[in-house]
Amino acid sequence: MGLLSKKDAKLITDPLADNNPITIQVLGICSALAITAELKASLVMGIAVLFVLGIGNVVISLMRNIIPSKIRIIVQLIVVAALVIIVDQVLKAFAYELSKTLSVFVGLIITNCIIMGRFEAFALGNGPWKSFLDGIGNALGYAIILIIVGFFRELLGSGTLFGIPVLGDPIEKTGVYSIGYENNGFMLMPPMALIVVGLIIWIQRSRNKALIED
Amino acid sequence: MIEHIELFFKSIFIDNMVFAVFLGMCSYLAVSKKVATAVGLGAAVIFVLAITVPLNWLLDQYLLQPGALSWLGEEYVDYDLSFLSFIMFIATIATMVQLVEIVVEKFSPSLYNSLGIFLPLIAVNCAILGGSLFMQSREIESLGLAFNYGVSSGIGWFLAILAIAAIREKIRYSNVPAPLRGLGITFIITGLMGIGFLSFGGMLTGGDEEGEPTTETAIEVEKIKTEEAKELADNTKIIE
Repeated sequence: MGLLSKKDAKLITDPLADNNPITIQVLGICSALAITAELKASLVMGIAVLFVLGIGNVVISLMRNIIPSKIRIIVQLIVVAALVIIVDQVLKAFAYELSKTLSVFVGLIITNCIIMGRFEAFALGNGPWKSFLDGIGNALGYAIILIIVGFFRELLGSGTLFGIPVLGDPIEKTGVYSIGYENNGFMLMPPMALIVVGLIIWIQRSRNKALIED
Repeated sequence: MIEHIELFFKSIFIDNMVFAVFLGMCSYLAVSKKVATAVGLGAAVIFVLAITVPLNWLLDQYLLQPGALSWLGEEYVDYDLSFLSFIMFIATIATMVQLVEIVVEKFSPSLYNSLGIFLPLIAVNCAILGGSLFMQSREIESLGLAFNYGVSSGIGWFLAILAIAAIREKIRYSNVPAPLRGLGITFIITGLMGIGFLSFGGMLTGGDEEGEPTTETAIEVEKIKTEEAKELADNTKIIE
């Protein structure tokens, strides 16, 4: 990577696995679980967070020397809220159906702890370029988990990906349905999202023993 | 009166903040290692929700809704400021949280110390903002109902964190596979509890009739239902 120094590249790659915001830092779980019944919604949510966190981190980093520490939470909330309003209005204008599916969860990006967490832990102490990379990295780490969960829930729950049937035709019994697979509607229910994330954590930690909690 | 009781039980059990819509999961997972701290945080959440939801209801009703500014005069009837609701709601919440912080620090320094960073983080607890946003999207009709909604969804959250904290205190003595310890098993237990709470869905309808679709679950169930209807239609076509 000629563009990025080794240290900068680490800012992006670290949150993807070993310091993943969802499975390791335990941040931003609320929205991650609620909208993952469909792959498309997961993807859009990932992009929205990428936008808000990338830009928000830069803005906070630029302002870091002039924010009085006593009111920093309010300042951070205002910055995030402004960015989220932009996302919300864009979604309403160009993808109205999707914004209905996401309902209040677009607004809840404001209180997504990943964003506040990164502002607090990184952007307040680092320059804009580094903060930007950190923001992108963490948002990507978040998006990856969302996409994995969304992929399995939509595939096993309704046999489709992005709304396109991939497991064959459940009525004419082609593809996987011919050997007796039935769509597991339970995967679309909220509790299964938690269990899927639990399994991801299980797999991740059994591959990397250093992450095991005692 | 009946709608108050209905809303109360519905917000606690059926639309439980944690199990039905996953709100406030971050602090739910992080502060649930001990029952004592969980109780403190749960009480703070009830308190903040009970104040912010009615306050935001007033804001929504008299400032933000389309046509809400009509009390200012004829020429303001067409105004729609609802795009500002995120920023207004979060400002109210941040102020109230600051207030709670001051009160807790004064009256219970030990609780204040044990909550640590999580007290200011109530401001970014999605359950709080989510309460206000659901209040807005479900079009709650009166100030009283908004207050009721705030309190009861706070109680629902409190119950959830209390239950998981108790389970986590006990589970420390069980033989959980090493990679699942801590976070992993908490996720899975929460999922199982969520499945349990699904059974409350029939509570208000007696289990026979279909309830009103309100939450995410209901939307998803609705979707499954329409798909089934489509399948049925296709089937009959094939038979014909």
